Order: sequence, then C-alpha cells, then structure tokens
Amino acid sequence: MLKMRHKMKRIGGEWYFLSTVVLLYVLVFFVDNSFFSKSVDFFVDIMAKMLPIFVLVFALMTVANLVINQRVVTKYFRKPGVMKWFFVIFAGILSTGPIYLWYPLLAELRDKGVGYGYLAAFLYNRAIKIPLLPVAIFYFGLKYIIVLTLIMIVCSVVQGVLINRLVPSET
Amino acid sequence: MSEPKAEHNPKRGDFTDRFVKSLAKSARAMSKLLPIIIGALLLVSLFNSLIPKSFYIRFFRKSLLVDPIIGSVIGSVSAGSPLTSYILGGEFLKNGVSLGAVTAFLVAWVTVGMIQLPAEIMILGRRFAIARNVTAFILAILVGIFTMLVMRIV
Repeated sequence: MLKMRHKMKRIGGEWYFLSTVVLLYVLVFFVDNSFFSKSVDFFVDIMAKMLPIFVLVFALMTVANLVINQRVVTKYFRKPGVMKWFFVIFAGILSTGPIYLWYPLLAELRDKGVGYGYLAAFLYNRAIKIPLLPVAIFYFGLKYIIVLTLIMIVCSVVQGVLINRLVPSET
Repeated sequence: MSEPKAEHNPKRGDFTDRFVKSLAKSARAMSKLLPIIIGALLLVSLFNSLIPKSFYIRFFRKSLLVDPIIGSVIGSVSAGSPLTSYILGGEFLKNGVSLGAVTAFLVAWVTVGMIQLPAEIMILGRRFAIARNVTAFILAILVGIFTMLVMRIV
C-alpha cells in the first residue's frame, strides 16, 4: 500500500490532467459518437502538423540547456555595454523553468550592481517561449511569430532603458 | 622512443557529459510539457464546436486603438500557461477579433504578472515590480498595434 502511494506521488500533475481529458473523451464517446469522431479528427490533424516542429524544438532546448545556466548568466550579466544587452536578450529567451525560480538570482545580480533595466529586459524576453513555438506557429503562422518575436526583442530593450531611468540602481 | 599514449581529453569528456545532461534535461522538460500540450489540444478539439463564436467578440469594439487596450487588460488579469493564451488567442482570431487586440492579449499574458506580483515585490522591490508591470502593460498595447501594422506591410 505504501509502495503504491509512493508511486502515485511520483506521477506528476500533468499526467493527471491528460488522464482526466482522456476520461472526458471516453465519456463523450458513449454520449455522442459523431461528436467524439469529429473532435478526434481535429486533434489528429493538429498533431500531424506539429510533430516536425516538436523535433526542432527538442534540439533547440538541448542547445539552450548546454549553453545557458545560472553560472553563465551571472558571468555575462556583468559584461559592459551593448554585449550585455545581447546577452540579456538571449539568456531571457533561452532560460527555462518557472519565473519565480529566477527571482533570487536576479536579486543577487541586483545586489552585485546589475541595473534594474537589465533584469526587466531579461524577464521580458522570457515571454518568448521556444518550447511552445509549435503551438504558436500552428495558430498564428511562422511570419507572424517572427515579426512578433523581433518586435518583442526591441521592446525588451525599450523597457530596459525605461526601467533604468525609472528605477535607478541602488549601488 | 616510446609510443605516444592515447591520452584522455578532459575537455571532450566534459562536453560529452554536459551534452548528455542537457539531452536528459530536455527530455525531462519535454516529458512534462507534452502531456499538458496534448491534453490542452484534446480539450481545444473537444470545445472547438461547443463555444459560440459570439462569446469573445462581445468584449471587443472593432477599434484599432481600443481593442489592443481591451486585449492587454484581459491578458494582464489572466493567469496560466502561455499555451492557454495561444489557444485562446487563436480562437479570438478565428472569431473575428483584430490581430492587434490578440497580440496585445498574448503579450500581456506573458509579460504582465499580476499573480506573481507579490513575490516579485518581496524579492526585487516594490518600485521595480510596479514599474516593470506598468511598462509591460503599456508596451503590450504598443506591440499589438505595431505588429498589426507591420503584418499589413510584410
């Protein structure tokens, strides 16, 4: 019984979510078969279009994990001038994990003298989610995603400059 | 003369080790992400024909300037995975909401963090957190309008 409970604990919430949705489909199958078939056809169509992009995303995530870690972020955040902006942009885009996991590191960087604007630009670029690109491209198209990404990168610098003026560094 | 020894290259070994670790980390991230994406897309497929087309349109006014503001407000107060915002944004577009409004909604969803604002204030300071979120809200509107204009040209 304890072993069973331990195994259950190891199953993440994401699998419970998927199981619930699958159960919902089973229910729909018995209630309205044609509605079930229509939904499954729609889903298969979406997945077929997304699969190749998932492979690309997996490769990009591996490169990101190889290059970007908290030690590298700390090192390059302290570089001077334009290079720092470039690094902040790339680090923001490639960083993974929940945003609140990055707050302590950003607070540490602030204490070491990194301006608030760079922290803001880093957080802004985290909005560009590489792992979710397949879904974004599927819904909005590649051209739109490229345009939006470029505009957001420019805006991250605009926000960084604004924040540097609005919230001066404490050191 | 002694034969040269086949020496172990620590740098190459280190890279291989890091690459395998990165691969494993990506696989772990993907394995957590895929059930959510598949589940969300299954739900979208199911509700695709259930949601009336007029539901979302009522919030928008078909105005170049007002709709991005409404999109930014809805995106700012909404919470959850960016995946949900893509799915909702895609549905908005299909139902006739302007590209500017949808873009403002998508951008505000991921850049304005009302839910994590208390944590952000506690760790990074009140002034920074408020200034960042306010500027992100305004920029979401501008990104919406600008993206729509650029998409008309390109």
